[in-house]
Amino acid sequence: MGTQRVVRARGVTKCFGDVVALDGVDLDLLPGRIHGLVGPNGAGKTTLLGLLLGLAVADSGDLEILGRPVGRALAAPGGVAGFVDGPGLYPSLTARQNLAALAALRGQNARTARPRIDGALAEVGLTDVADDKARGFSLGMRQRLGLAAALLTDPRLLVLDEPANGLDPAGKKHVHGVLTRLAAEGTTVVLSSHRMDDLEALCSEVTILATGRVRFSGPLDKLAGESRELEYRLLSSAPEAARRLAAGTAGIRVVEESAAWRGAEALVVSAQLPALDELVAALVRADIAVRELAPVVSPLEAAFLALTEQQEADA
Amino acid sequence: MTMTVADDQVDGTEAGPEPDAVQVPVTRAYRFELVKLVSQWRIRLLVLVCWTVPGLFVAAVSQQSTLPTDTLFGRWMHATGWAGPLVVLGFAGSWALPLITSVVAGDVFAAEDRLGTWRHLLVAVRSLRRIFAAKALAALTVILLLVAGLVASASVGGLLSVGDQRLVGLDGHLLSPSGAAGNVLLAWVCVLAPTLALAAIGLLGSVVLGRSPMGLLLPALVAVAMQLAQMLPLPVALRLALPGYAFIAWHGLFTSPGQPRELLISVAVSLVWTAVATWLAYRLFLRRDFTNASDDGIGRRALPVALLPLVALLAVGFGAVAVATPSLGSGISQAKVQQSVATAFAHLYRLQTEQLQRPAVTEAQLQATAVCDRSDGQVDPEGPGNDWRCVVSWHLPGAAAPGSAVYQLDVTSDGRIEADGDGPKDVNGYFLVRTPTGDAPNPLWQFDSDVELIPASPKG
Repeated sequence: MGTQRVVRARGVTKCFGDVVALDGVDLDLLPGRIHGLVGPNGAGKTTLLGLLLGLAVADSGDLEILGRPVGRALAAPGGVAGFVDGPGLYPSLTARQNLAALAALRGQNARTARPRIDGALAEVGLTDVADDKARGFSLGMRQRLGLAAALLTDPRLLVLDEPANGLDPAGKKHVHGVLTRLAAEGTTVVLSSHRMDDLEALCSEVTILATGRVRFSGPLDKLAGESRELEYRLLSSAPEAARRLAAGTAGIRVVEESAAWRGAEALVVSAQLPALDELVAALVRADIAVRELAPVVSPLEAAFLALTEQQEADA
Repeated sequence: MTMTVADDQVDGTEAGPEPDAVQVPVTRAYRFELVKLVSQWRIRLLVLVCWTVPGLFVAAVSQQSTLPTDTLFGRWMHATGWAGPLVVLGFAGSWALPLITSVVAGDVFAAEDRLGTWRHLLVAVRSLRRIFAAKALAALTVILLLVAGLVASASVGGLLSVGDQRLVGLDGHLLSPSGAAGNVLLAWVCVLAPTLALAAIGLLGSVVLGRSPMGLLLPALVAVAMQLAQMLPLPVALRLALPGYAFIAWHGLFTSPGQPRELLISVAVSLVWTAVATWLAYRLFLRRDFTNASDDGIGRRALPVALLPLVALLAVGFGAVAVATPSLGSGISQAKVQQSVATAFAHLYRLQTEQLQRPAVTEAQLQATAVCDRSDGQVDPEGPGNDWRCVVSWHLPGAAAPGSAVYQLDVTSDGRIEADGDGPKDVNGYFLVRTPTGDAPNPLWQFDSDVELIPASPKG
């Protein structure tokens, strides 16, 4: 069964003077997915999110959002909500007043908007401070209130720039819960972050941008296969036997220097996925229990670091 | 290497077209802007101050023995409650109204830069045009609310503390209480025009200068510059081409006959400035690039783009007024000063006669004339200066010889005259007169008057 695109970008280019912020970007976003946007500083993430929110127009290329071509005029397409560079809040208004003003702007009357506002505040965990002025809010609370503001509009495409900034574990849990629910209900979420753990926990797809160009775009699990060799941490019932097996398996390299900082029980090996599969099979055949096997650095972070290193080498 | 999601994940069909983005009507955006403005503590404080302080000030000053005689109508604050709102108007034109426009209009766009909320607002409203209209209308509403507070508070304070008596006009004629009320209201309505011009300049500064404090201060700085300009010996046409001359021209409402031409010209000039500055702000706002969060304005190029049209407007206004009213001099001539002093003296002499319960006389019977010169004839008798001296003569019915009195004048460059009686003592040499009911302020001792700066006719 085919899936309809929520965003379709082809050859989108955006320049600011001599600086090329986006260079021929192709992007497809599907409904009900949480899509991560990763890249070093200056990669063009915020510019791309700004285009999706209608804050800027591309210099060239085609961009369609929710099936409608984006014109040359600045205007956020209908069904799109979110924020870039932090949520916009008015510090002299309370959290509830901020949302009520936004709801009134959208034509919702105060009586019908009230339960929605209360629901949105509860969902992001701000019920207790609903009547406090936003002036005193921490960054994490501001992020959550910004997300609540976006929820009021029932978006089909939610665009968030670094939504995890400043969030404590409880706030993170609220935000993750909201985004997961939205995606389950069919909303497409696109978010940028430098927090790879957040992206890996939330996203089904990622796009890696560097110097305005798409370096990878696709499912997260595909990234592991397409990226270079990764280091994995292995805990087993027989560390020494496991070390010997690993050393004798083709495509596996034991990272000896890791013993000093991982401890004698842990083994760190460097491998691509097929070789790793063989090692696991060999361990099982040797009656060695595998207690833990996880990448030392996540595939996403590894890809990101590889890109950064490549950029530095190019420079 | 560039990798994209496999095409087999999409079938080439697109999501059903989203209906056009819901346009947020200007009325909703306007309410949103009003909510934001009114939620600011400084706007709330301004509302409180404007609706209470003028009334308290007028009531307090009206009970003092010393009156603010350096302010027009200040010397009549004991006599009528209608002098209070005019004293406040004089102060407001110099300070309060420029500051109000600075705080409200000068910050209405810059506040979004300061708070970093432009992108939020754009996503919510989806139209730069509507955002501009809503902000301009909200600023206008708050400014009108504050001005209404000034006039209402001052009027109530004056009427409660002094009462609803006749008002002595700038040429000494008496306005009935209802006439005074109407003219006070009209004067305040007229100064809305220069207030709007300053507000439009504030909008322009707020759009162009962003977070810079200069944007906030611009209307106040322009107002101070205009005040300084009014103190300089500038041609009358240039004075009238400035957007703030209506802050002075309302004086013409309080003479008989009135001096409406200066007022109409200055109001028209102010409204043209309002329209041009607002249009400039609108055009520059539409050009702004909101993709860069650190960019809080239109950039350095916008300064000349915003400034040059206003300089050109001033030049065009100067030319137009100069052609319409050939008035390139100071506008203060010997004949005008003599006429003004004689007229005011005649009106006030009648008032003094009434106080002293002497037989009534009319201005026609008095045939008052004034002979004025400067520095004992050593300086050409024209232009502003505090070295004017007038000898006023008048005739009383049945008296063989005419009476005469001397005045020292301070004539300011905006046409205001402060006359200080120099004797004889029983006419204008002492600040009190002895009436059958006791001592009373002598209306002929010191008085204010003014001259119309533009010629009486285009030929004049």
